[in-house]
Amino acid sequence: MAAISPDNRGLRLFVRYLVLVLVALIFVLPLLFMVMSSLKPDQQLLADTSSFRAFLPVGDVGLTNYVEAFERAPVRLFVFNSVLVTGVTVALSLAVCSLAAFSFVFLQWRGRELVLSIILATLIVPFETIAIPLLLIVSKLPWIGLDGIEWTWLNTYRVQIIPWIADGLTVFLFVQYFKDLPGELVEASRVEGASWFQIYWRVILPLSGPVVATAAILKFLVMYNQYLWPLIVVQQEQYRPVMVGLQYFFQLNVAWGEVMAYLTLITLPVLAFYLVLQRAFIASIASTGVKG
Amino acid sequence: MANVQLSNVTKRFGAVEVIKGVDIEIEDGEFTVFVGPSGCGKSTLLRMIAGLEDITSGTLSIGGRVVNDLQPKERGVGMVFQSYAIFPHMTVRENIGFGLTIARESKAEKTAKVEEAARILQMENLLDRRPSQLSGGQRQRVAIGRAIVRNPSVFLFDEPLSNLDAALRMDMRMEIGKLHKQLGATMVYVTHDQVEAMTLADKIVVLKEGRVMQVGAPMELYHNPANLFVAGFLGAPSMNFLDVEVMEVDGGEARVRNASLEPIVVKTAGRAIDKGSTAVLGVRPQYLEPAPAGSGMLHGEVRISERLGSETVVDLALRDGTPLIAAFGEDKVFEDGQPLDLSFDSASAHLFPREA
Repeated sequence: MAAISPDNRGLRLFVRYLVLVLVALIFVLPLLFMVMSSLKPDQQLLADTSSFRAFLPVGDVGLTNYVEAFERAPVRLFVFNSVLVTGVTVALSLAVCSLAAFSFVFLQWRGRELVLSIILATLIVPFETIAIPLLLIVSKLPWIGLDGIEWTWLNTYRVQIIPWIADGLTVFLFVQYFKDLPGELVEASRVEGASWFQIYWRVILPLSGPVVATAAILKFLVMYNQYLWPLIVVQQEQYRPVMVGLQYFFQLNVAWGEVMAYLTLITLPVLAFYLVLQRAFIASIASTGVKG
Repeated sequence: MANVQLSNVTKRFGAVEVIKGVDIEIEDGEFTVFVGPSGCGKSTLLRMIAGLEDITSGTLSIGGRVVNDLQPKERGVGMVFQSYAIFPHMTVRENIGFGLTIARESKAEKTAKVEEAARILQMENLLDRRPSQLSGGQRQRVAIGRAIVRNPSVFLFDEPLSNLDAALRMDMRMEIGKLHKQLGATMVYVTHDQVEAMTLADKIVVLKEGRVMQVGAPMELYHNPANLFVAGFLGAPSMNFLDVEVMEVDGGEARVRNASLEPIVVKTAGRAIDKGSTAVLGVRPQYLEPAPAGSGMLHGEVRISERLGSETVVDLALRDGTPLIAAFGEDKVFEDGQPLDLSFDSASAHLFPREA
């Protein structure tokens, strides 16, 4: 083998970093464009798009667009709705799907292979095909609440949450992860006297950091980006999520600066959620580096 | 403490029968080792005692109580797994105390018991570490600690030393032996390593293809193997087997020979050996001795020899080409290709009918 000279190594490193920086730019530039544009008046924003100035905080920069965005739409309400619906759905989905996966992987019951394959088969059904039948169902479903029985789920938070809790992809992610955990941990727990739920709660879940983080991020994005479903099941502004709220900025005159300000605002929860989980994700990888 | 009794126990996985009617009686406080080649069913049998595998038919009782349909936690057993199976997200203290936490024991009691277990296993200083900060041997101790802290009536070990390196394996083997003396508990231990079986066991159960081949004390099995399988399985190097012609059978003795073997008289030990048939003569390598040239009972040629310092192992080819291993308890020098005559005490040889 030919020896690698120091110069050669430096060059390789340079090329590697160059490629990484370029890839990073592909992801960062649209975000940068969004944030910078949100600070500029429309005229300048449109003029800047033809040059690199679009990515820089130059010219007449200010927070006017944000003030106007808050005036045009109930931004706080929309963000609250989305965060509530998304947060509750993600939490319930992780609980339900991980319990289902636990049962598929660790419990012995007749027909579990069949049930799992049916659940996985739902992955190839696009939501658009079931949206209308689902709408017909939820429009007539009863609900026992604090104010007595209601005969529809339309115009509520629950209609945005409950149909999205159980999903094939999340079950699949947990099943694959659980299958790779050493089965002897479960057997040892059984011999030590743990119930199935204690095994799930005390042994399996604490070791599932990576898959919990992955499933949570994927589910969060799906829920936060919900558009079609809330559009058809929610007519009242009170329950609308952020993506439906975007429509408010395309009525009458379109103010691109305000659109960008709104987008910047609704991106913040996503970034915050990702950053929090990214930390958990790295920590969980670091603590599970143990052979069984 | 408790005895363990298996009566006509079988296990099927679908159409495959892996345990075929096993009867074993394990006395209270006894150290019993299940030994056999891979796939003989020894681990399955242990897992059936633990309650991790269902029993297809037959009866299993622990301490006089039939436990066939009881959950593992209701059987009063502690188990140590081959892969240790300690929880990577818990400290050593939490691992050892896991069963006590589940049983909702008081904090004071838990601390006392965990510390006592740690003292027995000499790992008091490791209690706050995580498994990733421990060596293989230390992890195995944690697994043992987790088993002893609940004071089970029966300990089950599933090949606990096979993931350790040779030196550590010997240390841990001795520690497990000491632990048995200290606790006086009933222990069932599965291994494919016959040295572990010979050194640890009060009683060895040799298994093959889901059946018990022989049960007995280690030396009983070594000196009086019931069949060819047990004879070949226990002892290292393995027993030599020679096909011999039975010339005469008379009152519990038979006179046998073959092309490389001078006629000798050996005991039949009650086995059905017919005159004129071909039988198998078993001679342990350690019982062979070099004889002066031209004398001796076996005649062959050295193919290769290994000098181990305290022992010399010689691989020979007999006159008729049959391979033979001899182990001499001292350092000796042999040339490859050198003719070598061997003798042995015929009382130490075993004669088996030839199996189909």
